[in-house]
Amino acid sequence: MSRALIRSAGILVSVVIVLWGAATLAFLAFRIIPGDAVSVMLGPQAQVSEEVKDGIRAELGLDRPPLVQYLSYLGGLLHGDLGRSYQLRMPVTEVIGRQLGPTVQLTALALLIALVLALAAALFARRGFARGVVVAAELIVLSSPVFWIGLLLLAVFAFTLGWFPVAGSRTPATLVLPAVTLALPVAALIGQVLRDGIDAAERQPFAETVRARGATPARLVLRHSLRHGAASALTLTAYLVGSLLGGAVLVETVFARPGLGRVTLAAIVNRDLPVVAGIIMLSALVFVIVNVLVELLHPLIDPRLGASGRFEAPAIGERR
Amino acid sequence: MKAAGLWIAGLYLALVALAAFAPDLLATHDPLQTDVRAALQPPSGEHLFGTDQSGRDVLARVVHGAARSAGIGLLATALALVAGLAVGALSGIAPRWADAVLMRVTDILLAFPEFLVALIVVAVLGPGGANVAIAVTIAAVPVYIRLARTQTRTLRVAEHVEAARILGVGRMRAFIRHVVPGVLGSLSVLATIGIGSAILAAAGLSFLGLGPAEPQPEWGLMLAGGRNVLGQAWWISVFPGLAITLTVISATVLGRALRARMEGRAA
Amino acid sequence: MTAVDVQGLRIAFGDRAVVDDVSFTVEPGECVAIVGESGAGKSLTARALLGLLPGGASATTERLLVAGTDAARLGESGWRALRGRRIALVAQDALAALDPLRRIGREVAEPMEIHGLRADGGRVLELLESVSMPDAERRVRSRPHELSGGLRQRALIASALAADPEVIVADEATTALDATVQARILDLLRGIADSGRAVVFISHDFAAVRRVADRVIVMQAGRIVEQGSVDEVMRSPRSDHARELVTASTPVPRSSALASGAPLLRAADVSKSFDRPAVVGASFVLRAGSTLGVVGESGSGKTTLARMIVGVQHPDSGALEWISPQRVQLVHQNPLGAFDPRWTIGRSLREALQAAGVSRASRAARALELLAEVGLDRALARRRPHELSGGQRQRAAIARALAADPQVLVLDEPVSALDPTVRQRVLDLLSRLQRERALTMVFVSHDLAVIAAVSDDVLVMQDGVIVEQGAVADVFADPRHPFTRELLAAGR
Repeated sequence: MSRALIRSAGILVSVVIVLWGAATLAFLAFRIIPGDAVSVMLGPQAQVSEEVKDGIRAELGLDRPPLVQYLSYLGGLLHGDLGRSYQLRMPVTEVIGRQLGPTVQLTALALLIALVLALAAALFARRGFARGVVVAAELIVLSSPVFWIGLLLLAVFAFTLGWFPVAGSRTPATLVLPAVTLALPVAALIGQVLRDGIDAAERQPFAETVRARGATPARLVLRHSLRHGAASALTLTAYLVGSLLGGAVLVETVFARPGLGRVTLAAIVNRDLPVVAGIIMLSALVFVIVNVLVELLHPLIDPRLGASGRFEAPAIGERR
Repeated sequence: MKAAGLWIAGLYLALVALAAFAPDLLATHDPLQTDVRAALQPPSGEHLFGTDQSGRDVLARVVHGAARSAGIGLLATALALVAGLAVGALSGIAPRWADAVLMRVTDILLAFPEFLVALIVVAVLGPGGANVAIAVTIAAVPVYIRLARTQTRTLRVAEHVEAARILGVGRMRAFIRHVVPGVLGSLSVLATIGIGSAILAAAGLSFLGLGPAEPQPEWGLMLAGGRNVLGQAWWISVFPGLAITLTVISATVLGRALRARMEGRAA
Repeated sequence: MTAVDVQGLRIAFGDRAVVDDVSFTVEPGECVAIVGESGAGKSLTARALLGLLPGGASATTERLLVAGTDAARLGESGWRALRGRRIALVAQDALAALDPLRRIGREVAEPMEIHGLRADGGRVLELLESVSMPDAERRVRSRPHELSGGLRQRALIASALAADPEVIVADEATTALDATVQARILDLLRGIADSGRAVVFISHDFAAVRRVADRVIVMQAGRIVEQGSVDEVMRSPRSDHARELVTASTPVPRSSALASGAPLLRAADVSKSFDRPAVVGASFVLRAGSTLGVVGESGSGKTTLARMIVGVQHPDSGALEWISPQRVQLVHQNPLGAFDPRWTIGRSLREALQAAGVSRASRAARALELLAEVGLDRALARRRPHELSGGQRQRAAIARALAADPQVLVLDEPVSALDPTVRQRVLDLLSRLQRERALTMVFVSHDLAVIAAVSDDVLVMQDGVIVEQGAVADVFADPRHPFTRELLAAGR
């Protein structure tokens, strides 16, 4: 019992450290960029007098000593206050919150499609010609820019065949092509890892023991190897979520959909630093949540793991 | 079959290198030359890849874009490899606590795909061609740090290194002759595969408009440019995308073959 | 009804036959052992009884009856009906042979589930108790890595017995276990045979065979060279190969001429801990020109002790005192790991010579001389470690250790992974080298028979402590410590 408690405490400490680290990093990043933060935000074109700039600085609290700024920033975070976007004249939480929905929709659907595709490929295309086709497809998909895949799908299914709408976000039909586009690279990666994991498991001695008991190949895969494959795929979860988020930014741009992609891009191009900091904190939060979930799930799937290796990096070789 | 694939990959990469160093050998038109009358023409004998909205020859732009688009992948990977090797090897021989801290940070960075890290760096630094290069380099570094450190740690205490020391081989000599080659070998393999990730990350940032500005030919940027006329002129986006994809596939295939060969030797 | 009846078994990869004209029978209640070196075809023969040949291998038989069923031309679904239900497999090393992600209870129940038998908790407990699994109720929920080697093997056997098969095939089922544990599992297998099942026992270890089998079949290069009762074959083997194997498995104890050389090394109360104590209070004397054997099971601290003698590890307390400075070299337990995998053998030898101060000009020649001294062909200098056989690698490792012209040679399990005949040759090589170079040796092993054959003095270790020591002849004739007695009993 106490071991579980120690582990939970450990996880909690890691969570706090990562979030704190991200916040500090975001805070520092905007203090070290070349040029003064206000001038950057206003842009090179702005012809504004120093007094006005000072006024803005005071409004944003940038004239206080750095340590005070830092502490009040951290304090704000604890209340869920990510600051205020000067350019949009809105709290950052509102800026992000408004666009969160469409992105979550897209990402969730993409993940679902990816899991189904990957499982199908790993279970049914394990040998022979089908396997060759799937392996080649995975290579091509992982080597292609996700936005190019999106454009291709658009060109073929929307413009040429007219099956799906070209842009917009009103109807559920508009969600299909973007979700499939986003799902493909993720499916390719999961499929690869899953298949390699299943194959590796079946090369081990226990596979022979299972066959020697009279098991059918289906039983071997479903009751034994799949779990081994899933264990290796699980280590990739954080990376995959990151992939989905990054991909979402690109896919939303290709399909002209509202969402975090639009917010992020606008914030970067307009140098809206508070919003950028907010996006960084959001990424850190998502990362932390995903990792905690994986931490809790992993020992259930692979009980050999002790209480070691938090936030383990996925095996490098699995990337490509 | 495999050998044929490797040859094709190698040839294609040679082609890309040629395009980067001597683009005029492959493209007859001027990539920046506009001709509004010849805008949006499909692929033909005159313009093998067609023309874009400003009448510029797409083939010329793809060829001239190779230097920037593929080059950035190569540059970022090379820099990241050197930086990663230095930091990783040092961490491998550093005291336990320093190594642990560095590895924890690296692991967190590694959990993010390169594109996302690069995006965040660009978010901080601002858009621009140079910033994209910096961002992609920074995004690529953690992988090399981790591999260099793990290999250094493992090889330092590897049995064959210990055996050499027992035989009387000096510490420095054993390190240089047994540990370093192993580390370099692993990193080189990773780099070959990593060039692909770097190219994709850079192309993604350019596609979003965060990279080099018009009228510079750059593959990601060209893809974005063709998006709005996708219905009428698919060739503006498809060919640059094809170039990216083929380059990344070739690098990946060669990298995997190299890895298989290295593992086969050490088996 | 005969449990197993094989006539004219031939297994081939393409048109290359690896097993040819193998015929034997096994009756219920009998344990028949199949003995041979690696590559003899015994594992393939065993697999053929289950229809579990690797891809690319094809088997033909004149007759194949398994538990009364004609299996000569069975298709895959026919075999699936037999496997687990009429004939079951117990493989080597349960850590890998049981699914590491599943609980013991599920693994034991699986054969019953597959064949539609009632697989309730009570039956599982019964099975575990029948293999003498202590604390069975708790163990049902354990996973393989939570059990010790011996308990794991029992669980594996329990799962093989689950669907009540008539035939059990045990393929090197005890090879990965410590000697004392091995003895108990062998007794368990004997009990299974006595209860009316037929047991086919594959092994390369004649000592184990003697303990468990009634009849033995000796295979070499895919053919049967001899069969008969265990006593017959061991006492008066008719074929050369069988004779070789029997001799190799019962090594002749050494005649120690040099019972008392001058002390070279004195150890007084030496201790070393890592997370756990590895060596505790070791005291002994190493005499010049003699061989000191260090025997113990895994985790006994013998490797740590050896490494302290070499100087790679230093004692936490106590004194390891060399009377006069000596050149000490180590032959590693795992020669494959001890050579740089990317370097040729020749290059590794030259490196050793360079470190020993040999001039560049003479290194190449000296390297070839060393190879010749250990009985290796010069051509091997250009090969890489993974291209050599186990025996060749071991010789190469010895050659490299000799490059430094040592006076003391410490060898850590140098012959454990080798086939019996190869083992014998390496041991002969070592004894020749000792004579020619006046070497003092420290020989670490878990195998009592080997220790008895090569050592003058012996240290018996258990859990880091030297529980008994003395001249080999004395200790073996009259063991005082219970552990020593257990080890000796396990070997008989």
